[in-house]
Amino acid sequence: MTSTEVVFVVLSAVGSIGAFRLVTSKNVVHAALYLVLTLSMVGAAYLVLAAGFLAWVQVLIYVGAIVVLLLFSLMLTKAPIGREALDNQQRGWAALVGAGVLAGLVFLIQNAFGSAPRIQIQPATTSEVGASVFANFVLPFEVVSVLLLAALVGAVVIARRDERP
Amino acid sequence: MIAADTIRLPIPLIFSATLFSAGVYGVLARRNAVLVLMSVELMLNAVNVNLVAFSAHLKDKLFTGQIFALFVITVAAAEVGIGLAIVILIYRNREMINVDEVNLLKW
Repeated sequence: MTSTEVVFVVLSAVGSIGAFRLVTSKNVVHAALYLVLTLSMVGAAYLVLAAGFLAWVQVLIYVGAIVVLLLFSLMLTKAPIGREALDNQQRGWAALVGAGVLAGLVFLIQNAFGSAPRIQIQPATTSEVGASVFANFVLPFEVVSVLLLAALVGAVVIARRDERP
Repeated sequence: MIAADTIRLPIPLIFSATLFSAGVYGVLARRNAVLVLMSVELMLNAVNVNLVAFSAHLKDKLFTGQIFALFVITVAAAEVGIGLAIVILIYRNREMINVDEVNLLKW
């Protein structure tokens, strides 16, 4: 194994443990903090794969914005503690399905890409990514911006308290 | 001799599969709506890891995978915003956010 692989395996082990604790934690705030751990490890995985811009976007948007939004909504709603309050009765079936998905995916990955050539990691600088966005992906970029605007307006309309008598 | 800055493709893919199955378990087993949303985020992140890994694997000159991951992150932000607005609204009306008790529209 190369050093890159060792680093990546360590990162993914920490991230996977965080993900596992996130879905099994008995405390919602702990779950949110485990989400921070997992998202940071995903960001570090982007860094290892030399996607630097994406890694910082991950830190800014996910760790910076989405987790804060989730924590705020945990604060505004009741945050009960305990397995019965947070999990439903189909835990066993859910664990079965999750393990089945994992086993199936690992089998398929080993089958299809087990002998694929090694990835040569080439750094993608922010300017290259930006040039590609604005040269080749302008239309999806604009569509996504309109989608964000619509989601923003929709969220304000849905969550606003109705002032009519 | 293997160069230091190479990585086997299945390693990121298996990381992504682990995150995805944890997310599947969370969506199926959790009843708190905010925790369900967190599990959905986990699955979206798994997809992003896959996109970046394949972008590096295919030596894409346009960085299509990375840019697609950027779009996925944006859509995930929009989705979380709307989802949490709905959660807040449900909490205001019902005083709870358990997804298995929100069954007014169920026959």
